[in-house]
Amino acid sequence: MIKENISILTPAQILQRHKIGRYLYRTLIIVLCAWVLLPLYLLFVNALSSSKAVNSFPKNFVPEFDFESLIFFSQFAGMTSALSNSIKVAVITMIMSIVIGAPAGYALSRFDFRGKSTFRLLILLTRAFPLPLLALPLAVLFIRTGLDDTIFGLALVHTTLALPFAVLITFSIFSGVPIELEEVAWTLGCNRLTGFTKVVLPLILPGIAASAIFAFVISWNEVFAAAVLTVENRTLTAFLLQNLDTSPLHLKFAGGFILVIPALIFIFAVRKYLFAMWGIANR
Amino acid sequence: MNAKSLPYILILPVTVFLGVFFIYPFILVSQQAFQSGAGVGLSNFENVFSHWKFPISLKNTLYLAAAVVPLQLGLALLMAVLVTKMQRGRDLVIYIWTIPLGISDLAAGIIWLVIFDQSGFLNSIMQSVGAIDRPINLLSYQSPGLVFLAIALAEIWRATAIILVILVAGIGLIPKEYYEAAEVFGANGWQRFLRVTLPLLRPSLSTALVLRVILAFEVFAVVQALGGTLFPVLMSETFKYQFELLDSGGAAALALVVLAISITATVAITRILRVPKGATL
Repeated sequence: MIKENISILTPAQILQRHKIGRYLYRTLIIVLCAWVLLPLYLLFVNALSSSKAVNSFPKNFVPEFDFESLIFFSQFAGMTSALSNSIKVAVITMIMSIVIGAPAGYALSRFDFRGKSTFRLLILLTRAFPLPLLALPLAVLFIRTGLDDTIFGLALVHTTLALPFAVLITFSIFSGVPIELEEVAWTLGCNRLTGFTKVVLPLILPGIAASAIFAFVISWNEVFAAAVLTVENRTLTAFLLQNLDTSPLHLKFAGGFILVIPALIFIFAVRKYLFAMWGIANR
Repeated sequence: MNAKSLPYILILPVTVFLGVFFIYPFILVSQQAFQSGAGVGLSNFENVFSHWKFPISLKNTLYLAAAVVPLQLGLALLMAVLVTKMQRGRDLVIYIWTIPLGISDLAAGIIWLVIFDQSGFLNSIMQSVGAIDRPINLLSYQSPGLVFLAIALAEIWRATAIILVILVAGIGLIPKEYYEAAEVFGANGWQRFLRVTLPLLRPSLSTALVLRVILAFEVFAVVQALGGTLFPVLMSETFKYQFELLDSGGAAALALVVLAISITATVAITRILRVPKGATL
């Protein structure tokens, strides 16, 4: 094939074709980056402008760096408590999904036991179901048990959403630590528990943190179950959803801004683990 | 504590938790759906199906998924191939492309509202190029096509990243030797993609598609933010039954409809993309 090319094209032509290909390739990548970043940028322009600029026309493509919208947002009745509810629910979800999920991830990576494949199937099955719908029957159940409209009740549902991911992600992270390391620790006088805490834990801590952050994001972003299960103690997403029809534009945009900022930080924090998490969680 | 019982002790919390908060609620929701007044029957389903909005919301949900998912798959494949070839700046590009992974559907809806709103950027651009004289209301009942387009764009923007991540991870698992062999036999880049990458990527494609299609049937907040009541979908109808009509039986029946569509799609996708026995990596 290479010979054919040379016989048809002169070296200069090959070089040129190569250049065009490279140019195309780069343009494509830049266009796709712009496709992701431009809408975000426009949100930032609006969130960082005064309400007058947000509603005015034609628009300015540069933000004024006026914090009126954000200040209005922070003073809007119920908004700060919604924000703190969101954070609380997400933190509880994060802790519960790791505490409950990580041991199962460890079991899957280290042991062969009867029922292992059934257990894996149960975990995978949860991903084939529209989980937010669970909130509907749970709403009734929670009223009976006094969990209705509580932070903890919502966190339980969000943990159901995050748990399958926590199990699969911790499974892939534990699988990355060779069992031989643990075995060496045992021969050097550790038991299973101290071998785990002294050898495995320090190695996997960043990965565990990444999957915890992932659980946080799942909860932080969830809308449907939050809107179904909370009335007085609304989370930020539920609050914004509830007020979509009535709230002025600059309030919506400021709310969107507040929702997006943690996402930017979290994805940056877990970026190294995204593929490791999915590589094995895949199969 | 011996080694035999240890794995069971470790998986016990997850099993109990999913039993209580995953399996039990599904039993409850099925009961609710088939329960009406005193007896058991299909009257909830009859009520829901005969409502004039049901066919529209079903159609909207399915059309949206049919329009969005194939485009996302194509886009994610393109991005995945571009990024695997990359040498410099790969981390930055991957970070940028995976940002939407962390952004909620509600926020994505709000982001695209910034563009499509009457005083938004699209109107601004159209005016500056002289296409319109004054801002027009793009998202109104008079322009259902534009409402659909805005929602579809927001969905494509938001949820392509999840497919991308799964595919990039999958491509990373394909042994280099396959590509070397293909090159030895004279396959060009396009042929290598068609004959090596795509077939070996089947498990990842299947995972990504199942996940994505189920999320597409659950579409809710994006639609609420952009279309509101103009574009009813199954989830927004479910929400309405629960809260506006206070008919939890109807909501449960609709939930089962969403569930049935999701399971059908999952089975279909896994069947079509099944890896033949003995042909794994």
